[in-house]
Amino acid sequence: MNKWEDNKAWFLVIPVFLIVAVSAIIPLMTVVNYSIQDIFGPDNRIFVGIEWYQEALSDHRLHAAFQRQLLFSGLVLLIEIPLGILIALTMPKRGWGASLSLVLVALPLLIPWNVIGTIWIIFMRPDIGLLGSAINGLGIPFDHTAASLDAWVTVMLMEVWHWTPLVVLMAYAGLQAIPEAYFQAARIDGASAWSVFRYIQLPKMRGVLTIAILLRFMDSFLIYAEPFVLTGGGPGNSTTFLSIYLVKQAVGQFDLGPASAFSIIYFLIVLLACWIFYQALLKVGTGDKQ
Amino acid sequence: MSMVLENVTKLIGNECHINDISLQLEPGTFNIFLGRTLSGKTTLMRLMAGLDKPTKGRILMDGQDLTRVSVRKRDVAMVYQQFINYPSMTVYKNIASPLRLAKVSAAEIDRKVREVAEMLHIEALLNRLPVELSGGQQQRTAIARALVKDAELLLLDEPLVNLDYKLREELRVEMSEIFKRRKSIVVYATTEPVEALALGGNTAVLHEGGLEQFGSTIEVYQHPQTTRIAQAFSDPAMNFVAGKIEANNLHLNGTSPAPLQGHLSTLKPGNYQFGMRANHLKLKRESAAEIEFQTTIDLSEISGSETYLYVIHDDRIWVIQQQGVHLHQMGEQTKVYIDPAKLYIFDVNDHLVCAPSGDPSELKQRVR
Repeated sequence: MNKWEDNKAWFLVIPVFLIVAVSAIIPLMTVVNYSIQDIFGPDNRIFVGIEWYQEALSDHRLHAAFQRQLLFSGLVLLIEIPLGILIALTMPKRGWGASLSLVLVALPLLIPWNVIGTIWIIFMRPDIGLLGSAINGLGIPFDHTAASLDAWVTVMLMEVWHWTPLVVLMAYAGLQAIPEAYFQAARIDGASAWSVFRYIQLPKMRGVLTIAILLRFMDSFLIYAEPFVLTGGGPGNSTTFLSIYLVKQAVGQFDLGPASAFSIIYFLIVLLACWIFYQALLKVGTGDKQ
Repeated sequence: MSMVLENVTKLIGNECHINDISLQLEPGTFNIFLGRTLSGKTTLMRLMAGLDKPTKGRILMDGQDLTRVSVRKRDVAMVYQQFINYPSMTVYKNIASPLRLAKVSAAEIDRKVREVAEMLHIEALLNRLPVELSGGQQQRTAIARALVKDAELLLLDEPLVNLDYKLREELRVEMSEIFKRRKSIVVYATTEPVEALALGGNTAVLHEGGLEQFGSTIEVYQHPQTTRIAQAFSDPAMNFVAGKIEANNLHLNGTSPAPLQGHLSTLKPGNYQFGMRANHLKLKRESAAEIEFQTTIDLSEISGSETYLYVIHDDRIWVIQQQGVHLHQMGEQTKVYIDPAKLYIFDVNDHLVCAPSGDPSELKQRVR
């Protein structure tokens, strides 16, 4: 039978193809197009090849932003994943307590990003902010608009407060999916709480945790809203992460060519990092052989 | 090391899940809990394991009261309906896990693990992870994990229910062999009468949290004390017809009188209920002594190499188990026959008066 005989299937694929083309492929190709040209105006552009890429890769400010970004995302994962699991483990499994804690935990996820920024700016203000003035009251000088470390701590707190709930929800869902019989079997074996976690809960959560780690890595690597609202990347360049730097370059200086080249590099880094993460996570927990 | 349950009752909220069960189980015996879903099999096992505490009553092991002793301090192993193994451990480590917790020496662990693995034919799979195993192999691993512990009490809660029937029969045969050599008290919960018969040992019939009858499996099958037990321990369910004994004749509803013979001749005149197993009802007359019923075909169902024919007699639906595949016309009249020597007789209060004398060859045939 000729496999081209029935072409109706193509009509079913075309809508998806169009949506992906408009939403992803065409914009991406536009960026690729910009990244190899020097643009002075709509009709005045020069082909420059890979010059912008070379420039971006040798930009020491970009290197600094990249290192800052890696450190930030690493810390985010180190804090949010264990914290999320811990909170999920302590949440009640059923009854009204379960519903209540789920709603409470999910609250930060429901708040728009600019509102979160405003909340934290006020919360951390050294003069009237609840936490800011409390820390200063303890005799520790704290001002996120002046000290780099303070700005870092604030952005980190915002990120952890905002996004740990996502990890909690995913870990909680993973825990709820474990049949009760596993815990019974462990009790009959006389296994300790740690063994139950290590050999039942953690392996059973592997799937959702893989997704949680990937999502949190990707999202935190692309962080923009929090430092933008808080200090716009300052003080100095201390919270200028990759996307802040990119926007400064593209919108602030309107250097479309270099910004496009940078975007492509940024995109490839995220893609590569996610792939490495994913491959690594697939291996973890399955290699426990004799 | 016999295990005794004394008036064990379990209430959850206001609901009675286990109602006043007393039972004595001897070491080295194979005991079956037979009952439908929600009859209390799992709840009773949880109480025996010590996972839950009974609301009333005591649980004794060899005379020692264990009622309040936590599960961690008891010597119990359990196999579940789901295939429960530690997901990140290999088959070897899974089987070894109870021994490791018991601080057994490495050489001893190795010897025992390999011995049990061989018994369950999973010795080639020791380095695999549970996800790399089929359902049957996963359950074999779980059974091995329970066996290796050599516990005083081994509980199996419908262990074969999630397997396809070929694997189920295979594993069932192997299990009854393995358990014959054990010194532990083995308890096996099932909903299937056929499974109980195949496994032998003793059977406790449970119904709505109560213990209906306990005895050797064949004894319970051949002498079900009430109509309810007869229903539970019969697949398909037992068929009933009302009737009476009068002037030395047997009058079953809708039939002509028949002379009293065999086990029926001891019956006093009066009203009775007569139970007939589905495989004893015939569509062809095989001897002159057989009683004839006029029935209407309601439904016919083919299952494997057998035909289940549902017929209506006197407003009751009966099931006839017919060998081979046959087609029947719905609504058609058909004559059904039964040998009076195969009748189970219950009084009007549902208690057994008299059962047909057992025929072991017939039992084997039921077991398949």
